[in-house]
Amino acid sequence: MDFEYSEEQRLLSETIRRFLATGYNFDARAKIVASPAGHSDDVWAALAEMGVLSVPFGSEHGGFGGTTIDMMVVMEALGEALVVEPYLATVGLGGQFIARAGTKAQQDAILPGLIQGKTKMAFAHTERGARYDLAHVTTRARAAGDGFTLDGEKCVVLHGGAADLLVVSARTDGGDTDARGITLFLVPRNARGLTVTQARGVDAHRVAEVRLSGVTVGRDAVIGAEGQGLPVIEGVVDYATVLVCAEAVGAIKYAHDATLDYLKTRRQFGVPIGTFQALQHRMVDILISYEQARSIATLACVKIDSGDDVERRRIVSAAKIKIADAARHVSQEAVQLHGGMGMTEELKISHTFRRLTMIAQMFGDADHHLARFAASK
Amino acid sequence: MDLNYSPGEVAFRDEVRTWIRESLPEDIRDKVLNYRELTKEDLLGWHRRLATKGWVAPFWPVEWGGTNWTVVQRYIFEEECETAGCPPIVAFGVRMCAPVLLRFGTPEQKQRFLPRIYDGDDFWVQGYSEPGAGSDLASLKTRAVRDGDHYVVTGQKIWTTLGHYGDWIFCLVRTDATREKRQEGISFLLIDMKSPGITVRPIVLMDQGHEVNEVFFDDVRVPAANLVHEEGKGWTVAKYLLGYERMGTGRIALSKRELVRVKTLAARTRVNGGTLLDDPRFRDRITRVEVELMALEITNLRFLDQLRRGDRPPGAEVSMLKIRGTEIQQAITEMMMQTAGPFAHPYRAVDATAAFDTFTASLTGRYMNLRKATIYAGSNEIQRNIIAKATLGL
Repeated sequence: MDFEYSEEQRLLSETIRRFLATGYNFDARAKIVASPAGHSDDVWAALAEMGVLSVPFGSEHGGFGGTTIDMMVVMEALGEALVVEPYLATVGLGGQFIARAGTKAQQDAILPGLIQGKTKMAFAHTERGARYDLAHVTTRARAAGDGFTLDGEKCVVLHGGAADLLVVSARTDGGDTDARGITLFLVPRNARGLTVTQARGVDAHRVAEVRLSGVTVGRDAVIGAEGQGLPVIEGVVDYATVLVCAEAVGAIKYAHDATLDYLKTRRQFGVPIGTFQALQHRMVDILISYEQARSIATLACVKIDSGDDVERRRIVSAAKIKIADAARHVSQEAVQLHGGMGMTEELKISHTFRRLTMIAQMFGDADHHLARFAASK
Repeated sequence: MDLNYSPGEVAFRDEVRTWIRESLPEDIRDKVLNYRELTKEDLLGWHRRLATKGWVAPFWPVEWGGTNWTVVQRYIFEEECETAGCPPIVAFGVRMCAPVLLRFGTPEQKQRFLPRIYDGDDFWVQGYSEPGAGSDLASLKTRAVRDGDHYVVTGQKIWTTLGHYGDWIFCLVRTDATREKRQEGISFLLIDMKSPGITVRPIVLMDQGHEVNEVFFDDVRVPAANLVHEEGKGWTVAKYLLGYERMGTGRIALSKRELVRVKTLAARTRVNGGTLLDDPRFRDRITRVEVELMALEITNLRFLDQLRRGDRPPGAEVSMLKIRGTEIQQAITEMMMQTAGPFAHPYRAVDATAAFDTFTASLTGRYMNLRKATIYAGSNEIQRNIIAKATLGL
């Protein structure tokens, strides 16, 4: 057993943090969020330059071949700085489908460009009424000529507007919530019949509605086996879930540090408010939540690489339950201990609150994962 | 980062598991797993078996009987013991008095006391709290007045766990009442409980069990050679010991065993045509505790790993384990009692009826008894004060 980051991981962490400290401070981030694209291509290029986009991908495509713990290092840093670029959507979701289920031709065509920062991706899957049921897919793909025609609507597609390539789930067979019959398709952003409308999320990440009406793709657009998409989706979504857990650890760390700092500097009744026991004990509970969140995220990042499907589901759900609870606890307490200032747009703490609130609900909230945890044994 | 046991650690685990299976008497195991009271002989009997094997004090220095195990091995050992239903190694000698003697004792004190602690010849207990000195330990009043080569001790200790089994008691006493800083007039004394002038009186708790006591000292003569560290330096010793005291209070391995138990009980309990374990409300409560425990196990190992790297005594991080570990223990005992439903009510048989189920009754007793966990060894509020000061700098 060993609970330390390796020398290589520490170096990776330092590299990202050094960049973010200067290139992604709170003011820089505010400008990026307010820009028309809602993300920065310069930042994206810098992430590519530092090799951050390459971390989980194999060396045959120019990747770093990293573990999920390596990704934890990245996600923690992005979480602390509240980075809004489509990293999760591209590296944690879209690119994963290609890396795990894509043909060699698809991998060769896509992954090098993704790693170099030329291609952004998104996963268009969730539909109205699906909530967190991954098998709920009503978008249809009908065989037509030498390929397929896709019709349907996807919603809350993370960074769908920024993507050059979308991974779209559609039914080639079966009823609306059947486990079998879901197929994954690669659809370029500029495909005819594809419309994308964007919204800015409460956490400043962009989300999109994607409409497919008569979008035609070739057979070579199919990712993995026809009708066998669900297990791939479950694997990738579990992976992304663990990544947002790690991102939450970074955001929780920021909330902890900022709140502790505030308790030491804010004065009332002639003394720093951190001298009040009522607040000290609440601050201690924030610290405990942070340590517990770090522990469960670490456990999930290690275990998700170990293979077994049932164990994977159990650990991922355990992590998401704890992270959702800790995210809610720490974000709410951080705002409360900041008083009125915690409510304001002006402080980073309110932005951290928003991201943590969304992470708590992303890929299944605590209630969803409580049920899934009980079912996986 | 590697959370898997190495082949060597797996082999060690198997060795420990096999030894326990061959060495733990069945009647003792049944008592432990069914929450029945352990006698002094039960506790010392197990202690001596471990001592004979050489495993009773793993973290002591090797020359005094330590095993030189890694933190992971120590954790494996503890987990195997708890899982199998071994009695606890009573902490007051091995985990509390001994580290103090090793750090502050004279060569004579070490030679005199450590082997007897190791072999289980003396049953040690702790004399810290007083009626007026609970969380505010430094306000203790038990006096020790120097008289030639003796101290004369007068006063009262309270909440003395297993004081009625005690052969020896280590005590914080006030040797100088004139010091303005209260902590500076305190000393650490080792007292033979057979000394004239000592009276032990039971305190019955709400589970109606006898576990804690009052200990009265009435002009008790204690050889000055039993003073540990310097006179007036007892507070330093006390704080050093408290770190070790708290280290064992998280009881994570025990909670893992008990969590399995509560699930088993819930799976056997029928409600509305299904089982209590399938009831979403009950099931979700268990899951939240299970997840918290999974995280705490890693937190514990992370801290142990840091301790190992830093090679230092436990600090404020053990307070965190104490807080969350005891909260989990209480949550589990509460759920266990709830599995009994209306049968949580009958507690002690009056008539010798066959229907009375002592095991079910013990679940209620355990629920009540475990309320102590967030109070003893420094209440959880005191632990939060410690973390606020030592870790957060507030």
